[in-house]
Amino acid sequence: MNMPALSTGFALSVAAYVAGAFASLACWRKPVLARRICCSAALAGAGLGGLTSVLGILRGTPVAWSVPSGVPLFAYSFSYDALAGFFNLALAIPVAAVSIYSFGYLKAFEGKRNIGLFGFLFHLVLLSLTITFTAANAFLFLIAWEVMALAAYGLVTFYHEDRETRRSGLLYVIMAHIDAGCLLLGFALLINASGSAEFASFRPLAAQLNSGQQTAAFILFFLGFAIKAGVIPFHVWLPAAHPVAPSNVSALLSGIVIKTGIYGMARIFLDVLGGVPPWAGLLVLLVGVVSAVLGVLYALMEHDLKRLLAYHSIENIGIILMGLGAALIFRVAGHPMLAAVALVAAMFHTLNHAIFKSLLFLGAGSVLHSTGTRNMEEMGGLIRPMPVTAFCFLIGAIAISGLPPLNGFASEWLTYQTLLAGFGAISGLRRILFPLAGSMLALTGALAAACFVKAFGITFLALPRGAKSRNVHEAPRTMLIGMGWLTLSCAALGLGATWFLPVFDAMTEQLLGQRVAANLVTGHGLVLSAGMRTSGTVSPLVIAVGLIVLMVPAALLVAIGVKRFGRKRGPVWDCGLPGLSEENEYTATAFSKALRMIFSVLYKPRREIQAVFDVSPYFPKEIHFESEIEPTFEKRLYAPLQEFIFRVSSRMRTIQAGSIHAYLAYIFVTLVLLLLFGVRK
Amino acid sequence: MTEVLINSALQLVLLLLVAPLLSGMIKALKARLQTRRGPGILQSYRDILKLLRKGMVIPETASWIFSAAPYMVFGTATLVGLMIPMTTTHAPFSLFGGVLAVVYLLALGRFFLALGGLDTGSSFGGLGSSREMTISAIAEPAMMLAIFTVALGANSTNLSEMAKVAVGQSWRFLAPSQMLAFAALFIVLIAETGRIPVDNLATHLELTMIHEAMILEYSGPYLALIEWGASIKQLVLMTLLVNTFFPFGLSSDWTLQTIGVGLAFYLVKLLVLACMIVLVETSNAKLRLFRVPELLMVAFILGALALISTFLF
Repeated sequence: MNMPALSTGFALSVAAYVAGAFASLACWRKPVLARRICCSAALAGAGLGGLTSVLGILRGTPVAWSVPSGVPLFAYSFSYDALAGFFNLALAIPVAAVSIYSFGYLKAFEGKRNIGLFGFLFHLVLLSLTITFTAANAFLFLIAWEVMALAAYGLVTFYHEDRETRRSGLLYVIMAHIDAGCLLLGFALLINASGSAEFASFRPLAAQLNSGQQTAAFILFFLGFAIKAGVIPFHVWLPAAHPVAPSNVSALLSGIVIKTGIYGMARIFLDVLGGVPPWAGLLVLLVGVVSAVLGVLYALMEHDLKRLLAYHSIENIGIILMGLGAALIFRVAGHPMLAAVALVAAMFHTLNHAIFKSLLFLGAGSVLHSTGTRNMEEMGGLIRPMPVTAFCFLIGAIAISGLPPLNGFASEWLTYQTLLAGFGAISGLRRILFPLAGSMLALTGALAAACFVKAFGITFLALPRGAKSRNVHEAPRTMLIGMGWLTLSCAALGLGATWFLPVFDAMTEQLLGQRVAANLVTGHGLVLSAGMRTSGTVSPLVIAVGLIVLMVPAALLVAIGVKRFGRKRGPVWDCGLPGLSEENEYTATAFSKALRMIFSVLYKPRREIQAVFDVSPYFPKEIHFESEIEPTFEKRLYAPLQEFIFRVSSRMRTIQAGSIHAYLAYIFVTLVLLLLFGVRK
Repeated sequence: MTEVLINSALQLVLLLLVAPLLSGMIKALKARLQTRRGPGILQSYRDILKLLRKGMVIPETASWIFSAAPYMVFGTATLVGLMIPMTTTHAPFSLFGGVLAVVYLLALGRFFLALGGLDTGSSFGGLGSSREMTISAIAEPAMMLAIFTVALGANSTNLSEMAKVAVGQSWRFLAPSQMLAFAALFIVLIAETGRIPVDNLATHLELTMIHEAMILEYSGPYLALIEWGASIKQLVLMTLLVNTFFPFGLSSDWTLQTIGVGLAFYLVKLLVLACMIVLVETSNAKLRLFRVPELLMVAFILGALALISTFLF
């Protein structure tokens, strides 16, 4: 019925991104024009894409297009189903905000940076994301995947004059290619078995693949998507690459680009591959737990605001994987209904994270824009000059900490209920893993709250800690509107979670044959329910209203007291110590000190204090303090790996002599070998 | 609807009145056990009334977060109080949030209080916030694990449902899993309410403060709200312990008699738990901050054992 509308909408949004890419590149000499074209085309594309996704989700049944390319195995095949629609929605909401935000943000680039090139790369990322989410041909998927990686590389290294940025970009592009290589091999395995590269041709394979092939396919795809999603221990590129990009790009990268890994897992494991090994779900769940806990622990040690946020992306990917892993376990164990609830929890958190993480990165971008530093130790007191940014960041911080009544709470609550239900549904001793995973989710949530008390408190509260945060100004209006849109979305998806859940029905029906939204809502549509096995309920909306109602009498009491007995502003008491200055304020490093000591097994902290004094060591003139934690994964895993690769490459150099005769001989030998072994027919 | 409102109003009154009484009782008992005369059991009411009638000084460096925190602490604690069954198995807000909402709402209050501590710029505030968030983060997994053990037995995370199941099996607390879970939750209760050996509410000694350091800059009605909120939070956590593990006296129907009996039983149970807390407080010295995680690790392991022993019994 709405198929023509859907195709038109999809084509138009793709066209908007293509036009945006080339139009902004064409106008690169006119920065103002390029900026306007870039942002308005992105807004138009996101708007159209968002509307299309709503149509796609409402429709339920997939819409497919295919244009043959003439090249064997490759065709421009698209399939717009509920899963594609959902991820396009998760793309459209943050992109709309980022493009409005960029109207103001990119102004600073005018005359300094090539906005045309920026727009080209930016639109290329959006285009390839849209295609990745809808591609139904392995090669089309891989091409979109690769374009996304390369265009994102261009954006990550946009400040290429900085050495750290170039190094981070290099790390990113290497990891992106390892993941693309894994996916290529995985698809090669499937193509070899089916003789076609269409996703549709892979679906009947489930029965044919033997367990070895199934395991190999699962491992290859899992590796590929896990690297993309930044799952520990493949995460090292993420906290390096995301912070160095311009902030609007960081929002896009952390908000939605890493979610392509989640999309890939959902698409391949639940849809295309048909069956996964029985231990697959357990592996995903455990990897999720490790990523969540370690991600937040590393985030706590950061005082670079954007790196801190990047580590939280790892944490949240972990939370999503807990839900996804549970869904895989339940499906294998024959509980499609529970699997559907778990999938809803995972996908809801995917969308929620896309929203609050973009919001937080945009907030950090505004702070960076005004102060010129990412170092939290130089910030402080920004809530006074930047009240709107501070408010939006606070809402994002509450949402990401999973605190009620915002959206993060709603999806984490569903994840908890899923894990608890797992205990009842799965037999054997391994079911104890579910409540244990739940307790680790609790640890993650509480540590995230601690981390965001630090991030918000040190950045926005108290006195400025450095000259850079003294004469700052609020961000331009367009940037505030972009953040405001995401702030509203956080509130709406939290308070209105019960009204939003039917969105998942088409997806769970398509992937698992179950519609669960009706089971997840009770109490006149106001209360979230856990489904069937456990009967937990919660209502974010009533919680919000209840909080406000209960605060009214408290406010009255205070108002009466203030009216009768007065209220005045005075200097900070501070246990009677006069003269508070920025030098004796608490810092981000100090705030996380207790946790650094408690988890010192993990961090292996090192510190060095040098005091310079004249007469007595009790009266130092100067103190030099240095503190760092050991980057365990970089040092223990990646450094030896890098060394090994360098050693092997230096051996390989002997056969790369640069002599044309030698190369001709190589070609000849290869040809003979191929003729001998490759062509068997 | 009207029933919910009446029920809520009654429970709210009970909550607001019993919470300071309980704090006062603990203080009086502690003084008695330490052979001091101590304040009367009504002292907490007097403190709150006194604070409400004082002028307020707000630090020059503070922003609106500082003023929002007391309301959040008070609001979350009272809202949580409505989700917990007190004198009957039926809690007025049970449908709108179970034990997960309770834990996360308390975390919301703590989130704002910790921000309030940082907001003034005083190092003591930052110190308190840092320690409070650290200890609560480490207490959280133990708390959840112990709660999960009970929730999985009742097949629900809703406290009314849990209480109903508990009433059906009044002597279940003798099961090893229940006792272990109770022990885990008791340790968490000590940590969450800032009692010795984790924190000491009675001290203003700089190096040992946690909760008190965070609220150092608050005065007048704001301080009253925070103190009141903290005592309600303590009452809520203690109620959680006594009513899920020892459901004696809870009934599911609504008559004047059952409420009266429920209230009497409830107060007695609270008094017993308060005695336990006082005994622990008096017979222990405060732990060094970095020994507290070990105590909480014990709680976590007890929780895990509780869970494992549900397989066995």
